[in-house]
Amino acid sequence: MKKRGSFPVHILVFLGPAVLIYTAFMIYPLCDSLWLSLNNKASSGGQIFVGIQNYLMLFSQDRWSAPFWNALRNNLIFFVIHMVVQNPIGLLLAALLASRIRGSAIYRTIAFTPTILSVVIVGFVWKLILAPAWGISHALFGIVGLSALGEYPWLGTESTTLVTLSLMSVWQNIGIPMMLFLAALIRIPDELMEAAKVDGASGWKIFWRIQFPLILPTVGLIAVLTFVGNFNAFDLIYATQGALAGPNFASDILGTFFFRTFFGYQLQPADPFMGSTVAGVMLVIILVGVLIYLFGWQRRLQQIQF
Amino acid sequence: MRSKFWPATAAHAVLIAYAVVALFPVFLIILNSFKDRLTIFSAPFALPWADTFTLDGYETLVSGSHFEWYFLNSLFVTASSLLLILVVSSMAAFALSEYKFRLNLLTSLYLSIGIMVPIRLGTVGILRLMVNLHLVNTLWALILIYTAQGIPLAVFVLTTFMRQLPADLKDAARIDGASEYRIYLLILPLVRPAIGSVLAISMLPIWNDLWFPLILAPGEATKTLILGAQTFLGEFANDYNAVLAALTLAILPPVFLYVIFSRQLIRGITAGAVK
Repeated sequence: MKKRGSFPVHILVFLGPAVLIYTAFMIYPLCDSLWLSLNNKASSGGQIFVGIQNYLMLFSQDRWSAPFWNALRNNLIFFVIHMVVQNPIGLLLAALLASRIRGSAIYRTIAFTPTILSVVIVGFVWKLILAPAWGISHALFGIVGLSALGEYPWLGTESTTLVTLSLMSVWQNIGIPMMLFLAALIRIPDELMEAAKVDGASGWKIFWRIQFPLILPTVGLIAVLTFVGNFNAFDLIYATQGALAGPNFASDILGTFFFRTFFGYQLQPADPFMGSTVAGVMLVIILVGVLIYLFGWQRRLQQIQF
Repeated sequence: MRSKFWPATAAHAVLIAYAVVALFPVFLIILNSFKDRLTIFSAPFALPWADTFTLDGYETLVSGSHFEWYFLNSLFVTASSLLLILVVSSMAAFALSEYKFRLNLLTSLYLSIGIMVPIRLGTVGILRLMVNLHLVNTLWALILIYTAQGIPLAVFVLTTFMRQLPADLKDAARIDGASEYRIYLLILPLVRPAIGSVLAISMLPIWNDLWFPLILAPGEATKTLILGAQTFLGEFANDYNAVLAALTLAILPPVFLYVIFSRQLIRGITAGAVK
């Protein structure tokens, strides 16, 4: 009965629901939000097209630019701490687990446990542990003979709060690079390492000369996942420090700034136009990171391989 | 043997140290949630004994909040979203892996935008849309958003997996006169491992999310467990018994799921990241 070139209805039926839901609730709102960022409230009450004026305002008008640059700077620090603490420790754990050590499945399961917890829970757990009132951190620092540091309000001090929050997030998320590195390391054929061992290479040398170069694609992937995750982060800061990202905005990152801008808080009214503008900037930042990864890192690696 | 002993010992030492760092805070919370207030402060590291054991915190929790509602809300939202993600994504993945048509590559690329671009960035648009659809403060708002959020990675993982299925089976079924819909149902059981992975990687971000419940469904009747915990923890900040009990109850469900699904989860994380 089927005629040649008849319209493939079944393909539409199969693709329809996914494409519709995805378009209606992800792509359309994203486009709507980008469109809003090019508009602002008209004096008549409606909205009016203003081009990139919102963006210019965000970058340069003091009321917007001061918190924006502060959040962006904090977000960069947040990201750098993840890159230099979380990912190397993840790599170390993965390398140890990949060496066929006894009990590696148990270690792997335990090390991944914090990753499955809600960020809200992680935030409160560490808030309690670090609270000078409870005395846990006092006792823990006491083990290394520095109990005075336990009295220090790590989360409540402007100079230390961002680093403390970053490390809390590192503690939670280390499982992800660990798993991805482990999966990549396990895929390397054993013969390569055996050959090097026969030649008398040390484990250290084998790792850096053979295994590490082979998992470079995963290094790039983890960097970009960390980047996207960090520039989109919100929950931990909100759960621990509230929407005001205190003290005195010292822990404010783009996610919390975005939330306050479009949702409003205390005396600041909700502003969907400026909120969309902040989201637009976040989108550009994330896209730049992803494009650098796709065209800078992956392309280069492919060229090396050929 | 001698040359292998020290590196292995050092490796165990590092891994044990990290295991302690990973688990200690969790244990500390659970442990102290069963102790009376005095002992929480005077002996935070001690196990709860007969004379220090108390369920005060849990009682405050039961009387001061509706955790059982929140729990059911979370369960309903997570289960419905996962079901929707699986149904629509497996259908789309089947079409993309099975048929050659002009827009195939373009559709795949279009759907994969969502793997890297976080759906949160469209929140202003999402909120406007939900207001217009009168879905604010309903669980459906959350379910639809989580489904949209889960589709890209699910389609990607399932398409990759379905491409590896041999064509013989499908061809044989076609010769027997099976419709395309019937063939789709026929291969679903064959991709069970991939479905397990999709379930495992999609589940936790939905269960653990704070952002969308806070913005789209903050009402008392639609609070999820995580949002409920967040509000409760803020209100009872100084009642350590209650806070510790709430944290313990919020920790248990994901840990429970993790114990059941850890194999699929690990496979899913790595499968989603192969490319």
